[in-house]
Amino acid sequence: MKKSKADPKGVLTGSHFMDGDYALAEGALAAGCRFFGGYPITPSTETAERFSERIPVVGGVFIQMEDELGSIASLIGAAWGGLKAMTVTSGPGFSLMQENIGLACMLETPLVIANVQRGGPSTGLPTLTSQQDMMQARWGSHGDYEIIALSPDSPQECFDMTIKAFNLSELFRVPVFVMTDECVGHMHEKVVIPPAEEIEIVERKWYKGPKDKYLPYKCDSDGIPFMVKTGQGYRFHITGLTHDERGYPLLNAECQKINVQHLIDKIKNNADKIIEMEEEQIDGAEVIVLSYGITSRVAFRAVQQARKEGIKTGTIRLITVWPFPEKKIEELAKKVKAIVVPEINAGQVFLEVDRCSRNKCKVVSVPHLGGWVHNPDDIFKAIKEAVK
Amino acid sequence: MTEIRFSGYGGQGIIRCALIGGKALSIYGGKFSTMNQSFGPEARGGACSSQLIVSDERVLYPYITRPDILVSMSQEAYEKYQNELKDNGLLITDTDLVKPKTERKNITHYSVPATRFAEELGNRIIANLVMMGFFTAVTKITTPDVMKKALPGLVPDRFLDLNKKAFDKGYEYGLEVLKEKTQ
Repeated sequence: MKKSKADPKGVLTGSHFMDGDYALAEGALAAGCRFFGGYPITPSTETAERFSERIPVVGGVFIQMEDELGSIASLIGAAWGGLKAMTVTSGPGFSLMQENIGLACMLETPLVIANVQRGGPSTGLPTLTSQQDMMQARWGSHGDYEIIALSPDSPQECFDMTIKAFNLSELFRVPVFVMTDECVGHMHEKVVIPPAEEIEIVERKWYKGPKDKYLPYKCDSDGIPFMVKTGQGYRFHITGLTHDERGYPLLNAECQKINVQHLIDKIKNNADKIIEMEEEQIDGAEVIVLSYGITSRVAFRAVQQARKEGIKTGTIRLITVWPFPEKKIEELAKKVKAIVVPEINAGQVFLEVDRCSRNKCKVVSVPHLGGWVHNPDDIFKAIKEAVK
Repeated sequence: MTEIRFSGYGGQGIIRCALIGGKALSIYGGKFSTMNQSFGPEARGGACSSQLIVSDERVLYPYITRPDILVSMSQEAYEKYQNELKDNGLLITDTDLVKPKTERKNITHYSVPATRFAEELGNRIIANLVMMGFFTAVTKITTPDVMKKALPGLVPDRFLDLNKKAFDKGYEYGLEVLKEKTQ
């Protein structure tokens, strides 16, 4: 892995009072993103606006595409053209992106997609929050594959996690999702952007060998293949069809097994390195409140109340939602009475917690169907009920 | 923790008030602040509001529940939001634009002719800055210097001085009102 410092051109060093949407764009620019292709949609439009103002100034390209299918197609093209590329959307646009997200996974193309989630299904609640696309991020395209998804809880984290998303996408040649929501996207808070030399950037792994020997899918010792920039004399072929190391179609079960297993393994086998979470007062806890994104901030009020009433309550805040911390949940489930999972959907990450707990503890879903954040009292009641 | 709602009608700079307050307090005032605004069709023309939470610790719950301070710059906004103001809360209104119907007994009410002062200064568009000056004086939430530091970038450069003047006008009036109250 080659690391470097951020290009100061894209880094707006200083303290800003900024919303989450803008912070996504600033994080991308700091990470070296120089291509944005997108189709504006509420509540993510401000990110696209910010990119349109800022990216030309730092020597990048902004294209408003004809739709969201085209957005991802443009990102794939830009990435193979040598740039770091990003788009932003919300539920309805995310649905339209799924086909080409699958293509990006199959082509092992690094790109970053932010989803400022709003209430769904369909057009749902354009201006109001939800966390209803969490499973779609994981399973939205067809076939078997793995992706990485992060969940920021503040404008500051929108900045920080977009940089992290770019680094992970380059490291594993995979699409990375920044799964934020309307509340965080539209919320203004202080965002501190550090000096460029304090921002660590993962460089793309460029192929340096002879021009006629490049194999786009031949894995290096770390399991990740090299990339080249198109237009520099390398002749290569990439396809969404099941392919061999050369990138040419090889349509049989043996090649499918190698090809698809690799897409899964490069994330699964590195899950421990990828997964990040925040734990608090886990030791000796009777109940754990597991949440992510904006809900973790809301849930904390309930946690404080529960602790006041003498309930030993620990918290886990998922920073990485996908890959899921399976082992961690399995271990925890053996030690606690219950895990309470509030989220602004009908219980999506709850299903994963329930699966990984292997019936060793109670797992309680605290759903909210979107439009607003939870009433902390509802989470508190669930905690109280869970330890009974 | 202090919960504040700024309210009025679209076009008065209600959102800007919370942005100025939030930026000033979180970047120059040593506090944590979280600002939210209403999105959607209700923001156009009709009642418009923005929310600001100010705290010594990190703000967790992102929305106001019952504001400690309600600033109203229109009758409609006042009527829409006055009930949610906390007991012993502080109501701040534009003297000419809001006529409280039945004054709540358990709150403190200050008013400033923000729009009239702004017109006297040459442009009613800076009424929100008169209001922010007045707000700063009567709430003592921070110093006027901290508030004014937040203005560059949030008001057009060529109107920066005028905005500062409007702020000072409101601030001085606020000090006078406080003085009268204690006498």
